Amino acid sequence: MGSKILIADDEPNIVISLEYLMRREGYEVEVARDGDEALSMIQRDRPDLVLLDAMMPGKSGFEVCQAVRDDDRLAGTQILMLTAKGRETDVAKGKALGADAYIIKPFSTRELAEKVRSMLGNEP
Amino acid sequence: MKPFDWLLAVGVAIVGAICLVWLGIAGVLLWAVLDPQDWETVIAALGGKGGLLLFLWAGSLLPTAAALRYLITRYIRAPARLVEDARVRLDSDIPAPIRTHGSRECRQLAGVIEQLLARRQELKSEMDVRVREASRQTEMEKSRLAALMSELTKSVVVCNLDGRILLYNNRARIQFRRLSRAPGGAGGAELLGLGRSIYTALDRRLVNHALENVQRRLRRGANAPSAQFVTTTLSGKLLRVQMTPVRGVAPDEPGASAGQSAEMTGFVLLIENITDEMQTDSEKDRILTSLTEGSRAALANTRAAIEVLEYPDVEESMRERLLGVIREEVQGLSDRIAKLQQSSSHALRSRWPLEDMLASDLLEAGSRRIESELGLHADREEETDGIWLKVESFTLLQALVHLAGRLKDDCGVRAVTLRLGQAEGRARLDLMWTPDRDEPNKAELGWDREPIRIGSETLSLTVHDVLDRHDGECWIEQEVDDQRHRCFFRLLLPLAAPQEELPTATFVRHESRPEYYDFDLFKSTAQTRSLDDCPLGDLAYTVFDTETTGLNPAGGDEIIQIGAVRIVNGKVLKQEYFDQLVDPRRIITPASIPIHGITPDMVKGQPTIDEVLPAFHSFCEDTVLVAHNAAFDMRCLEVKEKQTGVKFDQPVLDTLLLSALVHENQESHRLEAIAERFGLTIIGRHTAIGDAMVTAEILVKLIPLLADKGIHTLAEARQAAQQTLYARINY
Repeated sequence: MGSKILIADDEPNIVISLEYLMRREGYEVEVARDGDEALSMIQRDRPDLVLLDAMMPGKSGFEVCQAVRDDDRLAGTQILMLTAKGRETDVAKGKALGADAYIIKPFSTRELAEKVRSMLGNEP
Repeated sequence: MKPFDWLLAVGVAIVGAICLVWLGIAGVLLWAVLDPQDWETVIAALGGKGGLLLFLWAGSLLPTAAALRYLITRYIRAPARLVEDARVRLDSDIPAPIRTHGSRECRQLAGVIEQLLARRQELKSEMDVRVREASRQTEMEKSRLAALMSELTKSVVVCNLDGRILLYNNRARIQFRRLSRAPGGAGGAELLGLGRSIYTALDRRLVNHALENVQRRLRRGANAPSAQFVTTTLSGKLLRVQMTPVRGVAPDEPGASAGQSAEMTGFVLLIENITDEMQTDSEKDRILTSLTEGSRAALANTRAAIEVLEYPDVEESMRERLLGVIREEVQGLSDRIAKLQQSSSHALRSRWPLEDMLASDLLEAGSRRIESELGLHADREEETDGIWLKVESFTLLQALVHLAGRLKDDCGVRAVTLRLGQAEGRARLDLMWTPDRDEPNKAELGWDREPIRIGSETLSLTVHDVLDRHDGECWIEQEVDDQRHRCFFRLLLPLAAPQEELPTATFVRHESRPEYYDFDLFKSTAQTRSLDDCPLGDLAYTVFDTETTGLNPAGGDEIIQIGAVRIVNGKVLKQEYFDQLVDPRRIITPASIPIHGITPDMVKGQPTIDEVLPAFHSFCEDTVLVAHNAAFDMRCLEVKEKQTGVKFDQPVLDTLLLSALVHENQESHRLEAIAERFGLTIIGRHTAIGDAMVTAEILVKLIPLLADKGIHTLAEARQAAQQTLYARINY
């Protein structure tokens, strides 16, 4: 059974590509369209990794990240933040709130795939 | 008749007595040494001639008296007179001559005294000259400083340590007028005024915090011990304030040059309204964010889609969707950039510092420069009055002179015209000339790309560079109408918002220099004494007058005008006045119009008493209220207390009562009569501000006269006024 990945982003235009990419990499993929949906899906489906957009309607990515880290049961969930906020302070904030990695848009899909692979221990 | 000379008489008597005693002693001695027979012989010889002896004695007194008189005159009277004369001269400068009689020594002494006095006089007049010179210097420096301040484009306010304002400049006045929430009449004068507290305008805690910082830095010996803070005003404006200490002058120590001590005696505030600047900045920020973050997301979407498309095995439907994503994102990016350019193309540009300048000033300077540098005749045409430009006038003028110079050299132009107009949010500055009919036009647009040449000097700058700084453009055009054919270089320049200019005060400006400073306030410290014990000369007063619809405030007569002026440090501050018409919300009886000259038209659209009284109340803050026949004016304010919620509980003085105190024998204490007694001219009698002004002048004259009557403090003045006959009249 492959790892389970949740893509949380409100922009369908990136979700199309990410979803295709992750499936192609062999992961089981779910999609959330906003922060609240993302959080409930994380709690329910326990994905191994979340590709989390920082700016979403409802709960922001930062809030979701913090909520996940506050919940001990979700300790195993890895979080990779994808965001257009490129300021150093945003990166610091994401890391401080418990994101495992932080990738600034635009990014290379190959690098993203590699990053995900390495975070999940090379095991799709 | 000569007065009886006691000194001479006593002297003669003493000499006579001595002679008698000597004769007596001689007789006794003779009697002792002679034999009784010889004694008999002597007696016999003298027998009956004793009278002769006495006569001889008396006769000898005459030459004695003459000799004594001579000696007395010469050695006693003459020195005594000298003493008197000298003493007179000791205390006064009257050049009464020192009479020289008596002995030679005495005359010499007089001469020496005369010389000493002359030398003293010399020293004194020299000293006077120096003192006058010094005070003239000080006065000059003060007014130079005040003049300097008034020209500065930043607002400057100088305060003493208690936050009392002792200097402000014109700019500060304009700025505080903008900050003021009072209706027109006070126009910021309730916030900014000599002797007023700066804390009415700025938050006391902020200022104190900055003060502490400055003082800490001063103690540390910092080089530039100033502090900065930003504050929002009641009206929502953003102010950046820089505080710099005013240091005391170190006492002169031998060997040490007079310098500044570490002790602060006050502070200078440089105040800038940065509301607009901040708005521009946040607009800039918004644009930058939308450019970076907005584009990032779009680029990410596009890039991911492209990279997925690169997989050879993408299904057709997926391929279509991805292409759709790319199309949509690229379109979005294009739209965003188009919108950005439209909305705020110049907000993002870093700009050369430009200053606001009245277009007519620029035209005048331009034509003058062209005439003096090139000897061309230069006319001016201004299509609209009062256009303000945002320019860097120095290089802009150089550019104009360069273009005009090329016209002169290459096209033989002998006269140009500078024309200024306005279109599509830009100013158009045209350098016009009439081309020679027979010769081809040699003027080239390319001139704007060559280095500017002024006389023999060539700058590294081109006309194009100069226009670039102004975000402007330049081209050649021509216009032909039935009369003439003219060519012109058209320079597009940015416009500035029209500047607010201070209205010239109606009639209060008879002195050339405004009273924007009073350095004597440096010395005054926080009022520890109660107002009652304060000397009258040290108090701050608001002298006011009201015009009303009638004489019965309790019966519904309303205030239609309030005029007020302040007195600080014994000076009437003619620049800081309150002059406001009030809409009474009732008819003004025609009978009263000739008295106050206020017609219903004039009060239409004016603020009502509900708005005016709070503004007037803040204008009066911390002062003693003064009015002529104050009971009436106070009654007018009092009846509005409930309605407006404003209570005037300051101490009140009445010039009518004070005048009655000083001139108890005068019949009239009407304002005109008093003003006439003091030689004051009333300008605008029966306008509130006119009457307030003259009342203020009267109060200033009354204060020293009250002091002559032993009335020095506010409490004494109020008490004495209560006791005058007039005090019994009550409204």
